[in-house]
Amino acid sequence: MSELSRRKLFAGLAVAPLAGALVARADDSHPTAPPTFAPRLSGRELMRRRYFPNVELITHHGQKVKLYDDLLKDKILVLNLMYADCQGVCPTITENLKRVQKILKEEINHEVFIYSMTLKPEEDDPAKLREYVKMHGIKDKNWTFLTGKPDEVDMLRHTLGFADPNPEVDKDKSKHSGMLRYGNEPMALWGTCQGSGEPDWIAQEIGFAIPRGLKKHPGVNE
Amino acid sequence: MYFNKNGEKVSRARWKEMYNAFKNRQELVKAGLTSRRDLMKMGLLTGAGMLIAKNGLSTRAWADTWGGGSCRTGTSGCGNCASPTTRPWMMNMPIPTVKQPIALSALTGPAPTIAPNNAINPATGIAYEGRTRAHQSPIGSNGNLPFPAATVYQVNQQVANVSMSLDLPMQRLWTFDGMSPGPTYASHCGTPILIRNYNNLPADNGGFGINSVSTHLHNGHTPSESDGFPCDYFASGQYYDQYYPNQLAGFLSDHVSTNGDINESLSTLWYHDHREGFTSQNVYKGLVGHYILFNQYDTGDETTGFRLPSFPNYDIPMMFADRCFDATTGDLVFDTFNTDGILGDKFLVNGVIQPVLHVSPRRYRLRWVNTGPSRFLQIYITDLANPTASNPFYQISNDGNLLPKPVQVPAVALGVAERSDVIIDFSQYAGKTIYLENRLNQPNGQGGPTGSVVGGGQGFLMLKIVVDQPTAVDNSVDPATLPSYYTLPSVSASPRVTRTFDFNQDRNGQWTINGKLFSCNTARFTVQQNSLEQWNLSNGWNWSHPIHVHMEEHQIIKGAPGLYGSSSDDSSNYSRWGSEYCWSGCSTSTSSGVNLSRKDTVRLVPRASANIKMRFRDWQGRYVMHCHNVIHEDHSMMLRFDVATTGDTNSNP
Repeated sequence: MSELSRRKLFAGLAVAPLAGALVARADDSHPTAPPTFAPRLSGRELMRRRYFPNVELITHHGQKVKLYDDLLKDKILVLNLMYADCQGVCPTITENLKRVQKILKEEINHEVFIYSMTLKPEEDDPAKLREYVKMHGIKDKNWTFLTGKPDEVDMLRHTLGFADPNPEVDKDKSKHSGMLRYGNEPMALWGTCQGSGEPDWIAQEIGFAIPRGLKKHPGVNE
Repeated sequence: MYFNKNGEKVSRARWKEMYNAFKNRQELVKAGLTSRRDLMKMGLLTGAGMLIAKNGLSTRAWADTWGGGSCRTGTSGCGNCASPTTRPWMMNMPIPTVKQPIALSALTGPAPTIAPNNAINPATGIAYEGRTRAHQSPIGSNGNLPFPAATVYQVNQQVANVSMSLDLPMQRLWTFDGMSPGPTYASHCGTPILIRNYNNLPADNGGFGINSVSTHLHNGHTPSESDGFPCDYFASGQYYDQYYPNQLAGFLSDHVSTNGDINESLSTLWYHDHREGFTSQNVYKGLVGHYILFNQYDTGDETTGFRLPSFPNYDIPMMFADRCFDATTGDLVFDTFNTDGILGDKFLVNGVIQPVLHVSPRRYRLRWVNTGPSRFLQIYITDLANPTASNPFYQISNDGNLLPKPVQVPAVALGVAERSDVIIDFSQYAGKTIYLENRLNQPNGQGGPTGSVVGGGQGFLMLKIVVDQPTAVDNSVDPATLPSYYTLPSVSASPRVTRTFDFNQDRNGQWTINGKLFSCNTARFTVQQNSLEQWNLSNGWNWSHPIHVHMEEHQIIKGAPGLYGSSSDDSSNYSRWGSEYCWSGCSTSTSSGVNLSRKDTVRLVPRASANIKMRFRDWQGRYVMHCHNVIHEDHSMMLRFDVATTGDTNSNP
């Protein structure tokens, strides 16, 4: 929007401040020429820009990784939230994911990565996450637990839609979202399922993001 | 690297600033300072109401607030949306073409089969057909249900470039036959049809959508295998032969001798994608269309039967939707990681933003469908020259099926998937320009708890109607004479079982019905075919849920919501989104007015309940009940139930 038309818009709003400003009103602002738009983005690029800030996270091995470059790009993945001391929904989801990973390994010819990000980065350092991994007997190399800078982790929690719209509920970590996000990054296919559901059903849903019978991910524009 | 909501690179310092703005907003929300007025007073809101859009953290920040942002002044963004400016009233309202049948021999691919055609198509390397279950008996063995049907169609789901506004680039939509809404099926009751439904959608989804589909005929009395069950999806390159019997409910059970109960006649249905987990994305991408049924009374000819305005000249289907467009590219965008509900700031009728319809000064039947994804509507006729005037009209159906008789109303409220046929006499507006206006100010995709009905001319104008066409003979019946249509079938018998369902968000933010999660593989209960059931639906949450039941229509015996209340109501009053202001039927009382009707979708307002009764007749198999806020549906506010010869009596399944 040009500076001029922006000013015009504000002037218009000043006339009809709080109650009035009708968008849809007949014969409101008529731009003289159609606006020019930036070129269309690929689906993948659209998703990256809207939802995947390339923030730095730390794995339970203590390795620094970038969210997009290292964890999402070119991968089929499942993402959930947890924290090490969680007594509520986390153990159920973690156990479910263990079974899901097994089912996926047996039935699907693709690597599926699991990322479990802590909600309490200030408490859950890599060592504590390693303890959690050990306690749950997780041996899978494609399953990574993640921590990071508290404000960035909190930002990701919002960006990826794991926050509750009610601030009272949202601040109670024990009521945190039990959702699983799953996605096929190169195909821009993203879905959600419920982490405490039946493992067979969770595996089936995650399978939605995996093109059947294909050994490799098809290119975005295929 | 850090990005703002438009995906532009920003410095860490700028990102910190955005993050702080977001945290500040959370503080404000906690402090109860959520209204525009409060924020304006504190100087925290820009002139355009773009607190979050200008300084916010990300797209998510929008959806993370209760009632934040202004959803009424749409150019300034609303919910999680801030679309580019578009000029209204620049394009005519499209009326989708009526789908024409073809010869059986003209179908692409092998002839239809009762059993799914699992043979491998050499061109694709996968089965020809995506269907997994045979067309159920008595299809093919009953004189009313010949196989293949005498009337056969073929439709192609494909990507197409479609214009939604002259001020936006062509949109790359997923369509039926290149159109969104797709072609309109105009069928006749008693005449089965077969639709060969081809999926030729691309793998490149442009950012949302999955090219694996299941097309549901909403309101259809359809056998399970053709219903569009969420897990009956089929792949790109496959077809699915859907057999729509178009028979009156009861034709195989309690009304065999009359070939069904005429009082179960259907009129305004619609079809849309129902792909498990991806319904919202695929519907948002364009996979919707109208499906109309006529019979010997509702003939489509105003000189016969009920003498309703003639189709197609004076009988016009309209699909309402709201959408969001990217400010930078002008492309349709979907808020993929929003699980609460999505509001757009652009209003579409039949696929075009704020179009124009030119009409003659006479009676028209308009068939209104709210296709969502999450927005509730309350539609008024507005004359901007006199915006406060009430312009009543006649509602003749509530969910597409004719009422016992017309009811004069000041407005119609529609949850997502609800429909209403109305008769408007434009002769009283001859030479004038009027508007269809949505006056319901919905603050967020969840549907509550705040929100209000604004004054005339202050809502969203969705359609401009210019009464400038030549005078035309009007042979339709004046609804003011209150002609009788159908009688409501009795549901006064004792139900075989009463089941209760609580729609909630518990178990750590996971959507549940009776505390349980959805799975396609598990039937939560089994209905005994041809028996009467009562379902008591309750909403234990502050949000709104339009609840849809597949296969049979129900009657709301208690708790049907009325019109939404006025703008002067207390904003913290839940009943504003409830039914204190009943035009016709209240939450606590039995139904009356337009709620004395057959419905397939019932609006559950915040913390309210509704009791419904229905019979599941004639067909068997798997069906679903779900919230039709399609975002909620995709986040598992759904359950599978089966209909079988023997049912269970699980009262809390």
